[in-house]
Amino acid sequence: MADALTATTILAGRGAAAVTPARDNSRSWPALAMVAPAIVLMGLLLLGPLLGVIALSFTDYQLGSPRFAWIGFANYEEMLADRVFWISLRNTLTYVAIVVPTAVALGLAVALLIESGSSLRAWYRTIYFLPVMATLIAMSIVWEFMLHPQFGLVNGLLHSVGLEGRSWLQDRGTALYALCVIGVWQALGFNMVLFLAGLVSIPRPLYDAAEIDGAHGAWARFRLVTWPMLGPTTVFVVVITGIRSFQVFDTVHVLTKGGPSKSSEVLIHTMYIEGFEFFRSGYGAALTVVFLVFVLLLTLVKSSLANRGVHYA
Amino acid sequence: MTPRRHGITWSAARHLLLLAGAAFILLPFIWMVSTASKPQTEIFTTDIHFIPQNLALWENFATAFGKASLWRFLLNGVVVTVSIFALQVLIALPAAYALAKLRFAGREVLFALVLFCILIPPQATAIPVFLLFHQIGILDSYAALVVPFTISAFGIFLMRQFFKTVPDDLIEAARMDGITEFGIVWRVMLPTAIPALTAFGIFSVVAHWNDYFWPLIVLNSEHLRTPPLGVASFRNEEAGTNYGPLMAAAIVIIAPLVIAFLLAQRRFIEGITLTGIK
Amino acid sequence: MAKIELQAIRKTFDSTEILKGIDLAIEDGEFVALIGPSGCGKSTLLRIIAGLEPQSSGEVRIDGAQVDGIRPSARNLAMVFQSYALYPHLSVFDNIAVPLRMRRHSTLARMPLVGRLHPARAATERGIREEVERVAAQLELSGFLKRKPGQLSGGQRQRVAVGRAIVRQPVGFLFDEPLSNLDAKLRVHMRAELAQLHRQLRATFVYVTHDQAEAMTMSSRIAVMIEGHIVQVGTPAEVYDNPQDIRVAEFVGSPKINALPGVIREDGGVEVLGWPLGLSTPAAAGRCSVCVRPERMELSSGPSAISGTVLHLENLGAEAFVHIKVERIEMPLLARISPDRQLPAIGSAIQFGFSTTAVRIFDAAGKRIEVTAAARSERIREKAVG
Repeated sequence: MADALTATTILAGRGAAAVTPARDNSRSWPALAMVAPAIVLMGLLLLGPLLGVIALSFTDYQLGSPRFAWIGFANYEEMLADRVFWISLRNTLTYVAIVVPTAVALGLAVALLIESGSSLRAWYRTIYFLPVMATLIAMSIVWEFMLHPQFGLVNGLLHSVGLEGRSWLQDRGTALYALCVIGVWQALGFNMVLFLAGLVSIPRPLYDAAEIDGAHGAWARFRLVTWPMLGPTTVFVVVITGIRSFQVFDTVHVLTKGGPSKSSEVLIHTMYIEGFEFFRSGYGAALTVVFLVFVLLLTLVKSSLANRGVHYA
Repeated sequence: MTPRRHGITWSAARHLLLLAGAAFILLPFIWMVSTASKPQTEIFTTDIHFIPQNLALWENFATAFGKASLWRFLLNGVVVTVSIFALQVLIALPAAYALAKLRFAGREVLFALVLFCILIPPQATAIPVFLLFHQIGILDSYAALVVPFTISAFGIFLMRQFFKTVPDDLIEAARMDGITEFGIVWRVMLPTAIPALTAFGIFSVVAHWNDYFWPLIVLNSEHLRTPPLGVASFRNEEAGTNYGPLMAAAIVIIAPLVIAFLLAQRRFIEGITLTGIK
Repeated sequence: MAKIELQAIRKTFDSTEILKGIDLAIEDGEFVALIGPSGCGKSTLLRIIAGLEPQSSGEVRIDGAQVDGIRPSARNLAMVFQSYALYPHLSVFDNIAVPLRMRRHSTLARMPLVGRLHPARAATERGIREEVERVAAQLELSGFLKRKPGQLSGGQRQRVAVGRAIVRQPVGFLFDEPLSNLDAKLRVHMRAELAQLHRQLRATFVYVTHDQAEAMTMSSRIAVMIEGHIVQVGTPAEVYDNPQDIRVAEFVGSPKINALPGVIREDGGVEVLGWPLGLSTPAAAGRCSVCVRPERMELSSGPSAISGTVLHLENLGAEAFVHIKVERIEMPLLARISPDRQLPAIGSAIQFGFSTTAVRIFDAAGKRIEVTAAARSERIREKAVG
């Protein structure tokens, strides 16, 4: 009743100027009906679960157990004391630290090379984009065979130039790096396309002006025009590649299962094992929260740089 | 930027570098096709040859289709991706229209929530959604594969941005013609939004066709497996012995998207990158 | 300062010839405007002079020296672009400083980070600072040196672009439609500023525009380009009063010149709509165009040479335009009159004429025909009355 009264007062206050309240009202109901399904599903499938995962991380819930208890930070304490967690975190950070700079730099290099000439542009673009489209799981299996210690293409090629092959995915020293190569292979084309779009949007007259101003050679032009103008694109590409690299799971799960002896264990994979193979939901949730913190950090980097003129499109 | 100045040398260097990169990119694809065309005896040998001496492509495909229900996986992929996209549109379009063109209490808050939801990675909600589905007993079903993705905050955001650019006059004219607000969404806004919707559709279908994480979590039954799950389990069953048919299966799984991409490259690249915020 | 000579310049893009043999000599210190309808090749010609585009054949000489294959910056010409082409990430100061830094710092000194350690860098930087500040003061930009181009108004950006051009003291300036992105009021203001800048610098200016008012008000000579040719070069007054080609007559002057269908008789007399003009020409008999500027049209209330109907009136306050429909002429004719006199009513019949000195005659191919007054120089309406 009190609510209805305040609502009426507000409406009356706003309506003093014109006859809009009636109109507002008549459109307000369809509007609410239109957003209602989205609101309900957002609450049920996104926001609720997000809060749920945080809450869950403070419990000892296990799937199937009839009851659970609030255990405070016990999951986090266990996590911090767990060698596997630290290995997993270090591997994830290593993966990100290798894949992001490599995939961004190569993506930029390929985009610049494609853009610097006029022939075969569309062909190169298509080829480099192919891994983005191809189902990663299927291609992981192909990579697995390519990296096969005995019959794989990679070792075969190495032999032919007189080098010793390795058991790439079964070797503690190389498994994670092999996954990095696959990660770069897959992300490169996506970054290239984003950089190409960025390059195309640089106004041509700027290059003319640079030429008139005496910026000779590719490097001077790149420093004066291309690189600064690509700034927003670069920030975007770095953050996107970063978030995707933190999410690495498919290749790990199919090719190494985190092994050998945890040498390629990564955060999401650990979370998957704890949450969905051991059904330790509470502990899995705590791992998810750690993952979320990293993604959030990257997002913050992006939005703080966004104020300097990053455009989303 | 000015190729004429660099002349032939630069042009040659450019092609050389790009071709080297292209070789790295294409190698797995070439090796996949090559292996899928070879008989066992040629696969398990240490000498490298790309062109098989005896073509066994057909046999390998036959074995793959015989041992794994590839057709079933493809069908599941189509059912799941199409259902997801249809439901996403059904839910996102009215919401996007309301957010873009209608005034109602809490609009700004709702839009802020949508923006926030875009940032939630799918892995973050996996455990609670899994528990929820377990509770209501829909694990291991098409519903389990489809429902979590029916709400696409990104879809709402994208369509809202697009609708913002539609002139108000068009909507006013529709109202003058007596079309209801819901009618406006489907009969006026939907047709104008086809390009944006195509981009979003490509994004959505590609993402969910290739998704491995979620189906892996919720599925048990073989007959519900989506393409990535199908090929992964085929590989586990073959335990690294039968690479010819395995590569043939991989070809089958990636073929629909790769062929569609080759046919409509520009649209695909637009779709994947325009909406590449995730 | 420099003399710029163009000789037989041709340019072909993908088998389409854009420039079809351009000859033009621009004197030292001259302000030459290249005008013409869009697509006539004027911007391409400017880019060839700048060195941004190689010509397919022909020669560009600056101060007598051929500059083919010489880089744009080495030609020592500055250019102001239509979009200004300011570097959006650099401040006004840095934008103006770019050409100086590019020229004076070695490649090493321009390197990020390491460059700062370069011994000569600080001294050069001081010199650059002084010059940039001097130019900024000259252009009244001193208060904006720290701003980014995005924070400036259109007129200010324009001045930064000019500043970047003058700071290096080039031998010549090239302008590519520099005012077309400004609103009408600011355009008139910047016109005056640029003209003054030219007087101050006494440098060679080549100015491309499609706006003939800019060309008329600023330049010492106008080159009219149409379809890849320079059709006429002359002072603004010459080009306006003595167009050598009907396309020049029609392009220069706003509103457009009136063209009436005429005939050259066998005896050399010229007739328009059946009325003899009292002019004779040695040119061959046949069809011709008789052109009269709107301000040279004379309306009369009494009976006169040509009659028509008033189709439309535009009173602009300081002047008025009368649109006259004449039978057998498709386009309505335009007369520019003073609004002080009583304006004719729309729909009313009207008579008009023009002095023989107001008439410019072009043959069927559009070339100017010389005419002499036959016997008496009189007004045709008097003849008509007589």
